[in-house]
Amino acid sequence: MGITNIFSGYTGEELLSIFTMQGFSSLSLFSVFLLMALGLAIIFGQMKIINMAHGEFLTAGAYTTVIMSDMVVKYMPGLLPYYFIFAIIAAFIVAFALGYIVELSLVRFLYKRPLDTLLATWGVSMILQQGFRLVFGGREDSANLPDWLMGSWYPTETIAIPLNGLFLLGTSVVVTLLVYFLLFRSRWGLCVRATVLNREMSNAVGINSKRIDRLTFAFGCGIAGVAGAVFTTIGSVSPAAGSLYIVDTFIVVVFGGAGSLLGTIFSAFGIAQLQSIMEFFLTGVLAKVFVLLSVVGILMIRPQGLRSNKVRE
Amino acid sequence: MGLENRNSGNVFRAGWFSLFTILALGLGLVASPALAKNPLLDKYPTAKVNTTGLAITDDVVTVGQLHSVSGTMAISETGSVEAERLAIKQINDMGGVLGRKIEIIQEDGASDWPTFAEKAKKLLVKDKVASVFGCWTSASRKAVLPIFEKENGMLYYPTFYEGLEASKNVIYTGQEATQQIIWGLDWAYKQGARTFFLVGSDYIWPRTSHKIARRHIENHLKGCKVVGEEYYPLGHTNFNSLINKIKLKRPDCIYSIVVGGSNVSWYKQLNAAGITGESLAKKNKLFLTISTTEDEILGIGGKNVAGFYACMKYFQSLDNENNKAFVKAFKEMWGDDSVIGDVTQAAYLGPWLWKYTVEKAGSFDIDKIAAASPGVEFKGAPEGYVRIHENHHLWSKARIGKMLENGQFEVLVESEDLIEPDPFPEGYK
Repeated sequence: MGITNIFSGYTGEELLSIFTMQGFSSLSLFSVFLLMALGLAIIFGQMKIINMAHGEFLTAGAYTTVIMSDMVVKYMPGLLPYYFIFAIIAAFIVAFALGYIVELSLVRFLYKRPLDTLLATWGVSMILQQGFRLVFGGREDSANLPDWLMGSWYPTETIAIPLNGLFLLGTSVVVTLLVYFLLFRSRWGLCVRATVLNREMSNAVGINSKRIDRLTFAFGCGIAGVAGAVFTTIGSVSPAAGSLYIVDTFIVVVFGGAGSLLGTIFSAFGIAQLQSIMEFFLTGVLAKVFVLLSVVGILMIRPQGLRSNKVRE
Repeated sequence: MGLENRNSGNVFRAGWFSLFTILALGLGLVASPALAKNPLLDKYPTAKVNTTGLAITDDVVTVGQLHSVSGTMAISETGSVEAERLAIKQINDMGGVLGRKIEIIQEDGASDWPTFAEKAKKLLVKDKVASVFGCWTSASRKAVLPIFEKENGMLYYPTFYEGLEASKNVIYTGQEATQQIIWGLDWAYKQGARTFFLVGSDYIWPRTSHKIARRHIENHLKGCKVVGEEYYPLGHTNFNSLINKIKLKRPDCIYSIVVGGSNVSWYKQLNAAGITGESLAKKNKLFLTISTTEDEILGIGGKNVAGFYACMKYFQSLDNENNKAFVKAFKEMWGDDSVIGDVTQAAYLGPWLWKYTVEKAGSFDIDKIAAASPGVEFKGAPEGYVRIHENHHLWSKARIGKMLENGQFEVLVESEDLIEPDPFPEGYK
């Protein structure tokens, strides 16, 4: 009804440009959601651990990037164009190590008490947040971006595609493929899936299920670290930044159907499209309300989420 | 202690006894310089300047400081704490207030509004402080206001805020909304802006401010209109859809009141989408904000904001003698890396205004300083000159600054006169 009004007075070319750019921004929102959710899809989806500290692993990755960026600017300014790739790898390693330690010292005692992991990891999240605050201070930090990540690509004169959005999209595709390959095409993935389905039987056939747990948890955290590193291109990092992401992350994973990688992708795509279309045609606050209502509505009809693995109980 | 001092007023009336007193006083001075106490005590005896039992002795007056030094607001409020401490130190070096040195009791509001209320009560009821310098967010001010009114305390509040408030027990040293908004919009109008897109974080200050802005644009600026008004939750990090909408609407002026961590995402994504100070200037458009100061730019990075404009009453780069001395003293006390934003300067005004008010009233009593406040001036203010209005807000100037890559502002213009504070603007509600 109001739509024709909004667009009156524009040429077809202008409208086409706007729609192209809007289409791209919903794609980059999709990449953000997907990257946030992938790590949790492994930890919550596969291992059924409610990891409330997921956001803090993301923050850890972001801070790693900021530190690398500061060091590069200080000591090796010549490397500024290239450091970002290494920062992503470093962010993975740091978050992986942190996850490994948390699993070893806390989570492994709680596999039989899934609800208690919620409380325990929430504690971890608070400890990490205050830790960040002690070390880095409360101020918003951001990384120095290489020039190739700033500004826009102009396919035509009126279409501007943000380069950081393209980078985000590329990274999320690569990471998703990597996760898919590791979970479904590698020996480790086979062991993970076997352990999830039947721990006793896996142990019986010689899988070290404790080691698999540890690696799976740490790997999920590592992916969160990668997400954190990439998010420094679109935002800032502060000690409490993780708590901004945690709610959306859980929504994407639960809505997608725990345990299904494809479900997570569908869910991230659907929520991102809905949100950015609503933001464009209505307002930011209404978009959020509408998205949450739709998620609640669909979960009432399909409690198992969009897709779920069919497993014989 | 102080016995000799008290008697010294009678020196020339009594004979031998006074002589003895003078000797004792002289001995006291030589023997222990610490006994050289309040020289103004005769004129301002404690019993006279403090009739309501505040924490004031012959030599010391105790004040409270109530900001968040922990929690999310600590980043913003630390600057205010530092500025107030600097002002109090300078006042003490000059001899204090009515000859009394200022001592501080600092409490932490911890970014939590009930905690603010509880600590305010503690400062007023238990510590009986003579005044409080504190609060930052409107939420914390609203939380402590009933306590200040009930216990009859005095609060010096530093932040620019939405207005619609005036209290006998508060002096507002920041700008209320009309002082920051109307003059700035008139400036944008003079630059040729006719269409405005309003963007804000979703809470009371941006919403009230945009309401005033919209009224002004629609009713007072000829041929102008608002082509969009959008709010996003605090902490929101994805602004791409909004940016596309702005591109579709092609406003002459993007008018922004985004705060906190969202700021960084907002500016970074604008920059990535090709909306920069440079690209806007080419099309004769502009980006104007009332929420981004030197403090925020430190986190955002000057590169992302260069060429955008802000309307404030103070910028660190202001070129006047008061400000040069203030910036120098601030950096000496708190380190060379510190930056000073609008609110930090407003916080610095608090202790000085209180000192001048007490001196004008000749008393620390809250009722007397509340009554004496209107008309009190501070000629040494870093922002230039300020004066307290009947409504307990400040007359102050407004200025437009252009953001530079180094994180500082280039001050372009300032209002000719001091702008009258008008917390309840007619026709803007």
